[in-house]
Amino acid sequence: MSARSDLERVLLENKFAVTAEIGPPKSASAESVRRHAREMRGSADAFNLTDNQTAMSRMSSIACAAVLIQEGLEPVVQMTCRDRNRIAMQSDILGASALGVRNVLCISGDHQTFGNMKEAKNVYDIDSVQELMILRKMRDEGKLWSGDALEVAPVLFLGAAANPFADPFEFRVARLAKKVKAGADFVQTQSIYDMGRFERWMALVRAKGLHEKVHIIAGVMPLKSPKIALYMKTKVAGMIVPDAIIDRLKRAKDPKEEGIQLCVEQIRHLRSIEGVQGVHIMAMAWEEKVPEIVRRAGLRP
Amino acid sequence: MIIGEQKKLGEIAIMLDGHRKVLVAGCRSCVAICLAGGEKEVAVLSESLRLLSTLKDKGWEIEEATLERQCEKEWVAELGPRIQGKDCVLSLACGVGAQTIQAMYPQVRVLPGLNTSNMGAPEEAGVFVEKCGGCGDCVLHLTGGICPIARCAKSLLNGPCGGSQGGKCEVSPQTPCAWEEIYRSLQALGRLDLLEDPIPPKSWLPSRDGGPRRIVNHEAVLTEEQKRMKGGKA
Repeated sequence: MSARSDLERVLLENKFAVTAEIGPPKSASAESVRRHAREMRGSADAFNLTDNQTAMSRMSSIACAAVLIQEGLEPVVQMTCRDRNRIAMQSDILGASALGVRNVLCISGDHQTFGNMKEAKNVYDIDSVQELMILRKMRDEGKLWSGDALEVAPVLFLGAAANPFADPFEFRVARLAKKVKAGADFVQTQSIYDMGRFERWMALVRAKGLHEKVHIIAGVMPLKSPKIALYMKTKVAGMIVPDAIIDRLKRAKDPKEEGIQLCVEQIRHLRSIEGVQGVHIMAMAWEEKVPEIVRRAGLRP
Repeated sequence: MIIGEQKKLGEIAIMLDGHRKVLVAGCRSCVAICLAGGEKEVAVLSESLRLLSTLKDKGWEIEEATLERQCEKEWVAELGPRIQGKDCVLSLACGVGAQTIQAMYPQVRVLPGLNTSNMGAPEEAGVFVEKCGGCGDCVLHLTGGICPIARCAKSLLNGPCGGSQGGKCEVSPQTPCAWEEIYRSLQALGRLDLLEDPIPPKSWLPSRDGGPRRIVNHEAVLTEEQKRMKGGKA
């Protein structure tokens, strides 16, 4: 099978893939996206553009992706089900594909009450599994969900999210299997801090043979301070942060350096787990550290 | 049943400003069960409004009436003599009741004294919880008898999302995750197989997105002749 994107090519060649996250700005200028692109060039195979993350309006992920393409980097466009119905989604996918976007991550999205416009009405016409079904049909059959033929079908490498830290734990792998059935080519996981639970999850994934059907990219997020670690533990939905990690950051003379070191150790560990094909680095508002993390983890020279 | 909640007294007072002769109209059905608009609530609210009127010199003349069902014309017809000469009706029924009164008495302004919320059930004394999304295409047979449309914050058909932890929804630690409940119910029923295949995108055509929905039971519809006969009797 020929690769539809650089990210897919790297994964098909069994190289350890690196993806990194870029947060779109609360701005009508894409200058910060260009700056991050320059900082991170060469550090990752593809870059995720979040879609109004935590339900706050930011520059659109597709617009940021177009800027990234201009800069010569490969985007992963995140598309939530919170803000668009199936009509808008299919239209945006056609537009994104025309602009050169190949990687799309299908997600349900943070609920609007997490954001700063809690009074907004959500859409949820479809969910993330159904989003995969619709986009796969567009790609493989060259048809809209309605059945109408497309003159030109989009070229897509379809991604899904997986959260081994959400409940019910025993259903998490079954749900991943469902996403694979619906069309997921790759998955990016929630940030991993509880390595034991992640390894238990991966064992179940391997037992079902899912690691051979979908490319699994493990998520990491470097922690800047014990305060942020505590915030992740208590305030972010579907996240587990063990106390040992918070204590380690508290004891550290230089918590920022400790946070980077911890992330580097996590990446080295994840790389040793059978079935993990890459790492997704979410350095929120700390994007400039990605090259250093990647270098110290031995992923790039 | 339909669950509703009375508007705040201050909000009702603002709506009543400029009116004089007020009929507070309750309903003995759903809104009486959820303690928002039955006979007792009509009496309490009317007394509060009389007190407020005296204190703030509003000049309101408050009368009370509670119908068996405010959503049915047959019962609302009884209100005719009571509505004569009124400036407004403050309805403590659901939005359906308030609209039925307005449709039958177009000369009187109907004000909503209640916020209609959802289709639900009493959970425990004084607690009422939404249960049904009224989507017009029931999926309870696939979801262990738990409605994902009403009870999942994202109305997911292939949940639970990544925000479900410890049986709770990401939206609030007080809210049970509907998909955790669906999983447990199907587990107890021995039907976890129902969760293996993706449920495809739902048709929302029978849901509220297609304008007011209309359900006709043809056997119950009267012929023109039957209508004339019934009209003659009345």
